Amino acid sequence: MDNILVDLTAAMLRIATPILLAAIGETYAERAGILNLGIEGTLFFGAFVGFYVADVTGSLWIGLLVAIISGLLSGLLMALLSVTLGVNQHVSGLGITLLMTGLALFGFRLQYGGRTTPPSIEAFPQLSPFGDLPVFGTIFEQYLLTYLTFFVVVPLAWWLLYRTSFGLNIRAAGENPEAVDAAGVNVFRTRYIALIIGGGLMAAGGAFLSLAQLGAFTHGIVSGRGWVAIAIVIFGNWDPLRVMAGALIFGGTFALQLRLQAMGLQLPVPYETFLALPYVVTIIALVIAGRNASYPAALLKPYKRE
Amino acid sequence: MAKREAKYIVEKTQTPPVWARTAIPLLALIGTFIITSGLILWSNANPFEAYYYFLFAPFSSRVSTLEVLVKGTPLILCGIAVTFAFSAGYYNIGAEGQLYAGAIAAAWLGVALTGLPTILHLTIMLLGGFLFGVAWALIPALLKVKLAVDEVVTTLLLNSVMLYIVSALLNGPWRDPESGWPQSPEIAPSAMLPKLVPRSRLHFGFILAILFVLLLWFLRSRTGFGLKMRAVGMSKPAARFAGVNIERTVLISALVSGGIAGIAGVVEVAGIQFHLIDALSPGYGYTGIIIATLGGLHPIGVAVAALFFGLIDTGAQTVSRALGVPVYLGEITQATMLLVTLGMLLLQNYRIRRA
Amino acid sequence: MASIVEMRDIVKRFEDVTANDHVNFELREGEIHALLGENGAGKTTLMRILYGLYRADSGEIRVAGDLASIHSPKDAIQRGIGMVTQHFALVPPLTVTENVVLGYTDGFVLQRAAMEERVGAAAKKFGMEIDPTAVVRHLSVGEKQRVEILKALYRDAKVLILDEPTAVLIPQEVDALFETLEKLKEGGLSVIFISHKLDEVMTISDRVTVLRDGSNIDTVLTSETTPPQLATMMVGRETFGVTRQKETEKGEAALTIRDLCADDDQGLPALKHVNLTIRCGEILGIAGVGGNGQKELAETLSGIRKPTSGEILVDDEDISGATPAECTRAGVGRIPEDRHAGVVGELTVAENLALEHLHEFIHRSTLDRQAIQENAERLIEAFQIKAKPTDKVRTLSGGNMQKVLLARVLAREPGILLAPQPTRGLDVGATEYVRTQLLKQRERGAGVLLISEDLDEILALSDRIAVIYEGVIVGELAAEEADLERLGLMMSGAVKERV
Repeated sequence: MDNILVDLTAAMLRIATPILLAAIGETYAERAGILNLGIEGTLFFGAFVGFYVADVTGSLWIGLLVAIISGLLSGLLMALLSVTLGVNQHVSGLGITLLMTGLALFGFRLQYGGRTTPPSIEAFPQLSPFGDLPVFGTIFEQYLLTYLTFFVVVPLAWWLLYRTSFGLNIRAAGENPEAVDAAGVNVFRTRYIALIIGGGLMAAGGAFLSLAQLGAFTHGIVSGRGWVAIAIVIFGNWDPLRVMAGALIFGGTFALQLRLQAMGLQLPVPYETFLALPYVVTIIALVIAGRNASYPAALLKPYKRE
Repeated sequence: MAKREAKYIVEKTQTPPVWARTAIPLLALIGTFIITSGLILWSNANPFEAYYYFLFAPFSSRVSTLEVLVKGTPLILCGIAVTFAFSAGYYNIGAEGQLYAGAIAAAWLGVALTGLPTILHLTIMLLGGFLFGVAWALIPALLKVKLAVDEVVTTLLLNSVMLYIVSALLNGPWRDPESGWPQSPEIAPSAMLPKLVPRSRLHFGFILAILFVLLLWFLRSRTGFGLKMRAVGMSKPAARFAGVNIERTVLISALVSGGIAGIAGVVEVAGIQFHLIDALSPGYGYTGIIIATLGGLHPIGVAVAALFFGLIDTGAQTVSRALGVPVYLGEITQATMLLVTLGMLLLQNYRIRRA
Repeated sequence: MASIVEMRDIVKRFEDVTANDHVNFELREGEIHALLGENGAGKTTLMRILYGLYRADSGEIRVAGDLASIHSPKDAIQRGIGMVTQHFALVPPLTVTENVVLGYTDGFVLQRAAMEERVGAAAKKFGMEIDPTAVVRHLSVGEKQRVEILKALYRDAKVLILDEPTAVLIPQEVDALFETLEKLKEGGLSVIFISHKLDEVMTISDRVTVLRDGSNIDTVLTSETTPPQLATMMVGRETFGVTRQKETEKGEAALTIRDLCADDDQGLPALKHVNLTIRCGEILGIAGVGGNGQKELAETLSGIRKPTSGEILVDDEDISGATPAECTRAGVGRIPEDRHAGVVGELTVAENLALEHLHEFIHRSTLDRQAIQENAERLIEAFQIKAKPTDKVRTLSGGNMQKVLLARVLAREPGILLAPQPTRGLDVGATEYVRTQLLKQRERGAGVLLISEDLDEILALSDRIAVIYEGVIVGELAAEEADLERLGLMMSGAVKERV
């Protein structure tokens, strides 16, 4: 018997997980200088592939693995288009989102078409290290993937970015690729790797949705979470830890409005206000920071070696 | 050991080969065909048959030919809307939200005003839709022009905000009292766009779409503003030096772009749905960006690309019915076509030469 | 002293320009060696060859006695040669340490503390005050420059090339830099100091090599030469002829600049209380080595840059801070300094020609295409532009692009013509044409402001010459009175006379 706050915290962590994974992935891409609008499609495709492979093989982990691989490939495609070929980044990103969304729906219809109820599988179990303890018991009853995300992925992402030469190259490539080139580091390769890793994380986020949170796959399983992730990356100033904070805020807001709806509360403002809040706040943050935002300076500018 | 000299060099050329311009769309189509064949085969269908149904069958019946135009209508409008902005170098990713803004205006004015002759009612709705679209495009545009805040992210995020606004309206004050579904009340008959061909879905919105294509063409090649807009999009420093007011030009382009997207929203409400619903647009705003790019930011090219996409959308349904290939092949084909075309357009700038 | 770098018989050509013509250069160990010359003398080219950014067409380089083939900066760095250019290759949000070790780390993991210590130690060793943990964005320009130097030192450079290092520094920072260089010298480093500023060369260098028009004029001990001697070597010409035929009536002031001040892109003062008068029927030539405020002068007069104070008077109307369109309306004919950023490449010749005065081609609110075409045809003929009206401007040669820009402006017969670097990068024929046009305008009675880094051009065309140095007009004289020594001294900052 826990109070609503504890309940909310647990839900917050759960809901934040897939968005956080995607956002960390996008952080890497943007830090290297590429805005990857393929995030929405990669999330969706990861959700489907993870689900489908898990269903077919009977193993959730294999499903997750294949989903991640699909994400790596998505990142690779984005890199090929925007880094090597220098295609306009928004267009290539949106093209990839359209492509992967279409592919996922295609595969879904082909394999599961015609069912009235969405197919489901047995999802990942939640871990309960604190058992029935009040407060802690509830909050820490999370999926293994959630634990991994918060305790492994985020710290690792932070450490890689700030404490390795690889991360240094990424940070520099997104700010001043000419300087990186002058220092003898391969800008193209750095961006490729950042995008590929990013894609893998995004797809992992998608797989979490279908393999853990929902245990099923539906058309609306992602519905805009990719765009939320982009907002969170900016909100979090392109720093993994602050992005995590942003994801938690979003997760909390989302969980809150869900609870309020479930309780049938009538509020002076519609529930959607809470959902729209992260976006509005992000835009305001952009305005305030203005030119001085830690906006990776080379974001959106393809680097051409003359 | 001596290093072996590369036999071939890949280098950039200033002028792409002349045949490229015309050959690329064709090559892209062939390339797309090859790539999507795998998927078609996976669905246990014959790729050639599938492509017949895709590209040619729609023209075999009157109904489906008209359907191509119906599907093409919002695509043309969104494509033109995006082209407006992109031509001036303003990357409006927010056409989707601006479309819904216009749809809100249509749903509101379509119900709130009664007893008006159709022409008047529709004119007011179209104007309202345009203005609502402009309003939704205003903030990112001002932020860009006055504070140099990048418009890509702001317009993108506002799309999501608009969707929440629509959801709030449909689940709240605008919930249809009769059916209880989250859809706005049906608009008055005087607010509905007249049909162009009786007993079909083709409505006057198509004419509007063509009008806007002509409008953009006219603006682009026959007005001073059009030339200035293109100059700004191609080279801001040169335009500035020649005395063009960059701020004003970008602002107007951004706002008109939003307005036209708003018109697309009106057209969908007044011509097809007659209500405002959540799923009014399956991403027309985003597809518009793709269409604008494929059309080379030229009004005729955009119209052709939009109709082609309309054909693919219709064809996808035909293929689905005839061969059981999931209808999503349409989106996949569109996306593949885009990526292949873009890739080729850039590859044409390189050539391989013997060392 | 032993030679640490020897460059022998270096030849480097760019299309039809010989940047380095059998140049010999020798750097002795432990010396500060200045490379002096005007723009286009070949100093930067020579050093870029040494640093591996360019490849010499012929000649050889020896480093510490051994033959060296340097094909890239990496090779140069390996040989102990470092270069600091005017545009820093720094990443602002990163710390000093991160910038220094970028691309030069051993191992995957950054040992932050150890690296910071090493960077700090390297800085101290050469007497530089740098905080290894400071974020580069917050450093002053002088400090940023020291980070660039530190990058080279960290990579064990024995030779340091500095390309116009004081161009971006304020006087106090220049002193700090010189102190640093002295300490580096004591530490055993050899420095090549590219400059056009005589006073600095006299202060800091041990030896000076003067380049002119791609050739090595002479190498002398600084202690044994004088500024006038260096100035003459720098700008010396065999002949210079004033090729104007007619004398024209010098009318009243067409454009008066009073006390004009403006900042550059970094926010530092680029123009300091500039006073100039351009008279009708006269060509006023602004001479000076590039980077002394010419760009900012042209931009403020063109309406592209807002001055911080001062007046620009045309017919008693102050147009300082006016928009480009307003400047044109006031009768100022403007040509951009960078023609590639002045034409819209993807538009046609006809469209570019009409762009500045679109309102003249608008007939009943539509663009009169016919009129635009006819206008283009007329101008193409009048100005001998080798192109069709429908050609895209980016396909034109540099010379023809310049003609398009000239035609656009001159067709309106402006009272004032601004011509910054009008013949830069043009071939002989185009250059001839442009200069003839400028003279024609002068005969017509317009006031022409010619800004050029090519002293020959200034001398050939100007009625009066003003020299700009570090944003200040350091001297103004009639062309007949111009002698090379004086001009050279003014251009290199050795003389700051003001009428």
